[in-house]
Amino acid sequence: MHNTDGDIAPVTVPKWGVSMEEGAIVEWHVTAGKEVEQGQDLLDIETSKIMNSVEAAASGVLRRIVEQAGTIVYVGQLVGVIAAESVSDADIDNYIDEFQKNYVPPDTQGDEQSNPTYVDIGNQRIHYLSVATEEEPRCATVLIHGFGGDCNNWMFNLVAIADEQPVYALDLPGHGASGKSVDDSSLDGLATTVVAFMDAMELSSAHLVGHSLGAAVAMKVAELQPHRVSSLALIAPSGLGEQINGAYIHDFIEGKSRRELKKTLSMLFADKSLVTREMVDNALKYKRIDGVTETLRQIADEVFPQGRQKDSFRDLLRSLSSMPITVIWGEQDEIADPAHLVGLHDSISTHLVADVGHMPHMEAASKVNDLLLSHLLRGKL
Amino acid sequence: MTVKTIREAISEALFQEMDRDKDVVLMGEDIRGGAGSSVEDVEAWGGVLGVTKGLWDKYGSDRVIDTPITESAILGMAAGAAMTGMRPVAELMFADFFGVCFDAIYNQASKFRYMFGGKATSPMVIRTMIGAGLRSAAQHSQSPYHIFTSVPGLKCVVPSCAYDAKGLLIQAIRDDDPVIFCEHKALYEDAMDVPDESYAIPFGEANIVREGSDVSIVALGLMVKVAREAADLLAQQGIEAEILDPRTTSPFDVDSLVETVENTGRLIIVDESAARCGVAQDIAAIASQEAFAALKAPIQIITPPHTPVPFSSVLEDAWIPSAARIVEAAHKVMNRDA
Repeated sequence: MHNTDGDIAPVTVPKWGVSMEEGAIVEWHVTAGKEVEQGQDLLDIETSKIMNSVEAAASGVLRRIVEQAGTIVYVGQLVGVIAAESVSDADIDNYIDEFQKNYVPPDTQGDEQSNPTYVDIGNQRIHYLSVATEEEPRCATVLIHGFGGDCNNWMFNLVAIADEQPVYALDLPGHGASGKSVDDSSLDGLATTVVAFMDAMELSSAHLVGHSLGAAVAMKVAELQPHRVSSLALIAPSGLGEQINGAYIHDFIEGKSRRELKKTLSMLFADKSLVTREMVDNALKYKRIDGVTETLRQIADEVFPQGRQKDSFRDLLRSLSSMPITVIWGEQDEIADPAHLVGLHDSISTHLVADVGHMPHMEAASKVNDLLLSHLLRGKL
Repeated sequence: MTVKTIREAISEALFQEMDRDKDVVLMGEDIRGGAGSSVEDVEAWGGVLGVTKGLWDKYGSDRVIDTPITESAILGMAAGAAMTGMRPVAELMFADFFGVCFDAIYNQASKFRYMFGGKATSPMVIRTMIGAGLRSAAQHSQSPYHIFTSVPGLKCVVPSCAYDAKGLLIQAIRDDDPVIFCEHKALYEDAMDVPDESYAIPFGEANIVREGSDVSIVALGLMVKVAREAADLLAQQGIEAEILDPRTTSPFDVDSLVETVENTGRLIIVDESAARCGVAQDIAAIASQEAFAALKAPIQIITPPHTPVPFSSVLEDAWIPSAARIVEAAHKVMNRDA
């Protein structure tokens, strides 16, 4: 929204998820006057859902910290300025003045995007988020979360990918704000729901991006209806080997207390400090809802019987060699073994991300977004 | 997810549990309607503060029973019904009135499971209003949950927010033991996001309302709100308070208490129940027994004075523990001058 003169780059509050409007600056990792590299973590912002780092969009010197730790800031707001040493203080002042003059905080009233959207599929109510572009709708992307997750797991990715094309993120049956009972808890059943969701959204085909269980669901859709799938991006996928962390699955389903669940959720991340009180509270609130425990047990019994994965799609991926397929895995994944990445077909683009656990799309969001965007670009050709 | 008040959250819990389980019945004074309301009257009051409004219209007189003004009959009926397998939710309009009906609770319902060797249970809930601040004087303003807490076999819930109120009431109704559910009069209009679906919050699981590393504040019911106010003031002075809401006084979450004391090393307990033999003193005793080594300063207890709740509005306001008193206690344990 601002034209930089090439030497000055703003540090602004990112939009993590369609409903994010504000957050609080927890701390700055860099003091004003210090050199920063593009991609370096500059500060932590905490929203009602999560805490995450804001990275430097450009290399240079952090010339100003505009908003200090403890301040409530709004999406798009200027919090700092990066520029070369050579840029004069007066130019920086002018830049800040200009930015502040043009800055429009998000409309906190009547934001239609944050209203919950539902579609009834059979007797199942499915909740989803969607971000559509203004342009002629091209092939859309559908994001499918993992076991026990929901569409908010994509909070750092949804808006970034939506710059390129319409994006939909659904809550699988029994998850998030979707109906909590599930008729068919097998991968077939979940894949059928995704296809029915695509029908309801009038998507003849889509790029499927799946995480963990959601990746297995995406591969199942590609097996059942290959013509509906333009490409597959699989993040820490299930379905590429027998191993799965059965203790995690069990503890997530059966955990009742904050302390138990905190320990369980910390298995998801390489950086354990990312498991905040809010994250644990939200997981507990989800799991307390009538029917959730039973549904999770049913899905686990179908997909991960006896703590092993039932289905492997390695041969399927081989047969889909004309379809663009990207697999992204965190090196520190404690849930699904990144060794499954080895030996996949040559046409598949594989990426092992360092210092990241089972949630690369949250823990290394900008890297994964770059990978997803180049994957989606590949799918368009 | 919709924003709901505590009043609405309690009402929704009752509607959903009555839908789910035919054995759930309500009984109490005016829970259906005010005096003189006719059978055709669909605008029944639903209790003095309208919490049970609409339930009689939906479930009728067999399941929503308006009783005479006799607490001993209400609680006696509920305890007996519970023994036969019903799940009564009895309303004791003001907790202050427990004296006339305590036999049914204290010596009967709370003892049945034990006395009959587990062959009988008492799955009953007693909903009751507590709390000062409404200019209702000494006989309608008390919070005697410290007395309920001391009774073995009786579970005691003191919710502080709408999300907790709904989930804890559903748990109370599904629980096989007698549960007394204390609703603070000054909190009914407090609102927050509450799931539309049914959910149960397990008893004995404290909620960390706010995280902080300098001082722990333990509070229940209305006092959680006061503690939040104090924590905001303290944050402006660079003191980060952690607020722990036990949610249930019996069972009590000892592990979370120990955890927060080990985290901060300083403990303030603010409680409305009593200045002597109250819940604050009980929690202080548990903390000093279980987490003494972690304490860096003496435990601070903030309660009303050992007097009846005053009728004078000036005195009543002074009687209720305030954020200022918590801030003062925090300064004391942090060795700071005010």
